[in-house]
This record gives sequence, C-alpha cells and structure tokens, in this order.
Amino acid sequence: MTQEPPTTTEGPLLEVTDLQKYFPVKSSGVIRRTIGQVQAVDGVTFSIGAGQSLGLVGESGCGKTTTGRVITRLYDPTAGSMKFEGHEIGHLSKKEMHPYRRDIQLIFQDPYSSLNPRHTVGSIVGTPLLVHNAVPKNQVVDRVQGLLETVGLNPEHFNRYPSEFSGGQRQRIGIARALALNPKLIVADEPVSALDVSIQAQVINLLQDLQQKFGIAFLFIAHDLAIVRHFCPEVAVMYLGKIVEIGDRSSIYETPHHPYTQALLSAAPDVKQAVVGGRRERIRLEGDVPSPVNPPSGCRFRTRCWKAQAICAEQEPPLLEVGGRQVACHFAEPLQVVSSLVAESESEAPSLQDLSESGDAPVQVS
Amino acid sequence: MTEVLEAPQSQGGAPAASGSEPFLVVENLTVQFPTHDGLVYAVTDLSYSVEMGKTLGIVGESGSGKSVSSMAVLGLHDIKRSHLTGSIRVGGREVVGASAHTMRRVRGVDVAMIFQDPLTALHPFFRIGKQISEAYRIHHKVSKSVARRRAIEMLDLVGIPQPDRRVDDYVHQFSGGMRQRAMIAMALVNNPKLLIADEPTTALDVTVQAQILDLIQSLQREFGSAVILITHDLGVIAEVADDVLVMYAGRCVEKGSTKEILTKPEMPYTWGLLGSIADVVGDVSKPLIPIPGTPPSLLSPPSGCAFHPRCTYMDKVDGGPRRCETELPELRQGRRADHLLRCHISDPDAVYESEVKEKIG
Repeated sequence: MTQEPPTTTEGPLLEVTDLQKYFPVKSSGVIRRTIGQVQAVDGVTFSIGAGQSLGLVGESGCGKTTTGRVITRLYDPTAGSMKFEGHEIGHLSKKEMHPYRRDIQLIFQDPYSSLNPRHTVGSIVGTPLLVHNAVPKNQVVDRVQGLLETVGLNPEHFNRYPSEFSGGQRQRIGIARALALNPKLIVADEPVSALDVSIQAQVINLLQDLQQKFGIAFLFIAHDLAIVRHFCPEVAVMYLGKIVEIGDRSSIYETPHHPYTQALLSAAPDVKQAVVGGRRERIRLEGDVPSPVNPPSGCRFRTRCWKAQAICAEQEPPLLEVGGRQVACHFAEPLQVVSSLVAESESEAPSLQDLSESGDAPVQVS
Repeated sequence: MTEVLEAPQSQGGAPAASGSEPFLVVENLTVQFPTHDGLVYAVTDLSYSVEMGKTLGIVGESGSGKSVSSMAVLGLHDIKRSHLTGSIRVGGREVVGASAHTMRRVRGVDVAMIFQDPLTALHPFFRIGKQISEAYRIHHKVSKSVARRRAIEMLDLVGIPQPDRRVDDYVHQFSGGMRQRAMIAMALVNNPKLLIADEPTTALDVTVQAQILDLIQSLQREFGSAVILITHDLGVIAEVADDVLVMYAGRCVEKGSTKEILTKPEMPYTWGLLGSIADVVGDVSKPLIPIPGTPPSLLSPPSGCAFHPRCTYMDKVDGGPRRCETELPELRQGRRADHLLRCHISDPDAVYESEVKEKIG
C-alpha cells in the first residue's frame, strides 16, 4: 500500500519493509557448500491496514507464495523488517512468535493436501483452539460447530473425514480452521485456483462476507488477475522477487504503468472483453521468466521488455510514485490495455490500438 | 516459425471425408464405466461435429465428461473396462469398436492430442527428440536421421530456441512452457487433421498461456486442421473457439457459436457459469453470483434435468419445478438454428433479458 490507510490512526496492521528471502543452493557431494542463492523475495515493501486487503499477483516463481509464507513465519526472513501492529516479528523465536500466530492465519491453495486425511473435521478445526487454549476443552465442539456453520457447512458433520467432502467444501474447512482463533490477518494463498469455476465464486463470496463481518485483513495471493481485482482494493504486481507496481485497483487495471503489468493484463483471457472487443490485441512477451538464482542485472524484467535500453541493464529502477501508484520502471508511462468498455470515459492513456497504429509497441493482432 | 513444412503423405491415410460431412462426427456417444460402486454415467447421448479449420471449445466443470468424450475419439478407453455406444466418425471412418490396428492409424495421423500436464505426458527417461521422432517413424518409413531432422524442424516450428541442441535435452531441462511446446510438436509431427487439446494451458502462467494459444491458432491457420479445445476457462474459449459446447453431468446442455453462447446464453447453467467469473473490466462492486451446491455424482445422476438441484430458475418452467425433477429436457433449438439448449423454460431468451442479463452483465 502506498499511502497510509485513512481509517487507522495507529498505523497499519502489517508493515513489511525491504523483506528478503534467499534460499541457499547447495552443491552435491559430501561437503554441501553453498554455491548460490535463490533470490525468491528480494526487497519487498508494502503495508496492510486493519480490515483491508492487498492482492499480490504474479506468475509462478515470482515469490508471491514465499512472501506469504515469510509473513506467517513458516519461513524465516533473510533480511528486512516485518511489523505486526508495530511489533517487529521477523526475528522472534518460536516461543516469542506463538502469541502472534493466532492473529496471522493462512489459507492454502490445495484443499486436498492441506487437510490431514486421518483427522476428522472437528479435530482439524479444533486443534488451533486447543493449541492456544482459546476456549475451555468442553466448549471446543460447540465452537467448531459454530465455525462450520459460519463457513456454510453442516455443523453435524464435525466428525466426518475430509475425504467425505468435495473440493469446495474442503476449502471451507480450511477457511474454518483459519477463522478459529479470530485472526486479524489472513494470508490466502491461491484460495480458489484449485476449484471449479462455479465453486470459486462461492468461496470468494464467503471470504468477502467474512471480511466484512469480522473485519479481517487479507493478503490475497493469486495469479488470476480478475479474481484479485474483484477481491482487493489494493494490488501489488510481483516479478522475480520484486514488486514492480503497487497501487489501488483502478490505477493498476485501468492505466497500468509498468510494462510487465501491461503484458499480464493484455494476456489474461477475459470473456467480457473478448465478446465486446472481438479478437483483441496483445502484448506478447517472449520467452520465460529468468532464473531467480541469477537474475538479470538492473531491471529484472529487461530481458523480456520491449522498452529496455542500456540504462535498464545498469541501474535498477526504484519504486517511485508515478500517476497515483508506485512503479519500478525507467520508462513508466500509462497504457490502457483492457478494452475501453468501462475505462473509455475518463482515461487519457493511449490504448494498445493507438500504439499499434503508430508502431510503438510490440503489439500483434491476434 | 519456419517455412512451411513438406506435408508428408500419411501412410494409408483416412479415406477422404465423404461429401459434406464434417471431419469429426460424434453421434449419440455414451460412455459408462462399471465400478465397485456401480455404473458411472460419464458421457450420455453426446453429439457434435467439427469441420476442418474450425475450433470447437468444450467447457464444463471437472467430472462433466469433457475429457472422457474426447478420449473416446482417440479410442483411449479400455474396452474391457468401459461401455461405449454410439458412433464416432473421423474422416468418415468409424472409430467406436474399431480394431487396435485401425486405431493405431487414426492416432497421430488423423487425430492427435495435447494433454494438460506435459510433465506426466512426456517420458522423463528419453530425450525429447527421440520421443518426437518415434511418433514420426511409426507412421513414416524413414531413417532415424531423417526423423531426427523432422523433430528439430518441429521444435523450431513451435518456437523452441536452438532446436538442434535442445532436441537432445530431457524433459526436466525444459521449462513449463517449453514442455508444453514440445508436446505440441509431438502431437503435430504427423500433421494431424484433428488436434484435441485437453486443458492445454491450465498448468501455465498467463503470459505463457497466451503464447501457447497463439501457437495453436497459427498452426491451425497454417495447416487448416480442426481443433477441439477442452477447458474450464470461459475466457480462453471466448478468445479462441468458433463454437462452444457446454457440458454438464455428461450431457451437452448448450451448444452454438461462441459469440451467441457468451452474449445470449439460454441455459441456466451457462448463466451460472458466466455469473461466477470475475472480469478485469466492469463494475467491481457487483457481487459474483455462484451456482449453489456442487456438481452431481455421475454414479447416480439426478433425475430429470441433471442441473435441477442447483437451478434457481425452475419456477420459470411451465409445469413448475416438478417437471424439471422428473422429465429430462430434450436438446432443442434455441433462438437460432445453430443454437441448441437443454432446458424446460419455454422462452429462456425472455428470462435472460429480463432477469439474468443485468445480474451477470
């Protein structure tokens, strides 16, 4: 988030500054020397206000999941600071971290591997309550049943096993588990990408209801741009361990400034756009994401960027305020990528159409 | 992309499609699997056809029978463990009940398939080039070196850099997008007339997905092949397919041209699908409208219309919800001749315009 959230007076709920997470690459052989570092997350800064949600989008390998796991302290950060309600939690010991864990919970992507098949739903959802002594033992069942009801499951099913539920229902169990301790922040790591389309909408609506009801803040990690737009008023776009653009929903989606954001948006298939605009123009990125073990010098996107010039290889672009959002690019300028269906009116940004006519962008009519 | 490949004559290729019949014709296809728990009604009474040069998109949720029906086209179901009835004609040749010998000729030359997960579909132990040239040598009596040249040519065609070096790589040396390209190269090595792509981009990132969809489309333009694209992503369908077939619980519930189906859908399930997806444009404050409930079990599909337990428009039917629960709606013609739908609502168009359009708009 770029600005202080106006509602809170004591600062944001979570403040992450220059967060880094490197994984060592070891050589094979007996003495497993460290021969390199996977720079999974390299200097990420953002903050989330209480009850707000921030979306983190990017392609696989860009470090969005690692960021989520560092924040929940499933991984220890290599460097940087993470402040939760003003307290530094990045380097707390396991014991010191314990009280914070009830405030920060995680929803996982795959509802099939994130629930223990040998435990009943009651035990899965009730375990956090017991670990944190949140309610007296004799009230655990009541609380679990209440939670199941909250997420839209039959409370009578608390002694069933995960295998008796469908994918969408399992995801609801995962959500009930995350809710058990009344967290202040939920890190939702691709919470719907494993589900069928009709079920995705059910789960998204459930999460939105819960957010309104309990005022939970979300770090919503997903690769689906449309879902993130629907769920999060603030969006951060990651590429190869860095945030390349961060700002509010309308500025990111209507006038993206970073070439990568523009490419992502133009590549995302979208029913409404395809129907309205017919075949539309795309920015086509060449090749794959480079390896995070040995990222390109300067701007990490330069190897696939059509605007890249000498300066991009020499100087890393800082995240700067441009046009109401922060963007890390030497040549940041607005480009309207999504079809002008809605944005038509106010926006003064050139559209892909204009650029392809003047021959400025690597646009192809598909 | 390279210059046009020499189009090899397929050995004893399929007889020319008779008269005006489309290249692939599926008629009343029913696929059932006997299991310990009972009979699984995977596909029931499915009919469709695909012409050369056209792309048919098949959409549906997991378990709706979209993959099962297209695997039947390739004869990939073990006849000992499945019941297949109906007719599938590929270029005029009947596939259902065909001998293993006939099927080997159909596979690769007439019909090829791209699978969802390239990591499991490609062999980890053999070099990429060997896997591609093997497919070529089965259908063409050529030397290994000729087949290898052909493999390099194909890798170049699908846009793999330095194909003459990468041809000797193993699968694990390729990135996700390159693996999918290699599989496409393998599928296209014999210039198949019909390409079945089963969720070809589901495992890929959006920028790579765009590359792969572009590739499939440009290859289709170049060779004029027919394509069946199986996906659950309506966005992909909207951008690539000419026609759409919506499947639910093993049956076709709506079929028509892509534009027609996506702008004027006439079946409540399709309305539900369109209402469930978020967009990158439009009003964000508009809530998603999910389809309640979960997809049915194909062991005991619901009576009547299979969608009735999840349908919120049953009160619009003449004869009321009772009819939906007991009577299976026929696949009937909608507003236009090429628009088929399976629903009891007598004027779905009116319901859509008055109630649904604004909600899912």
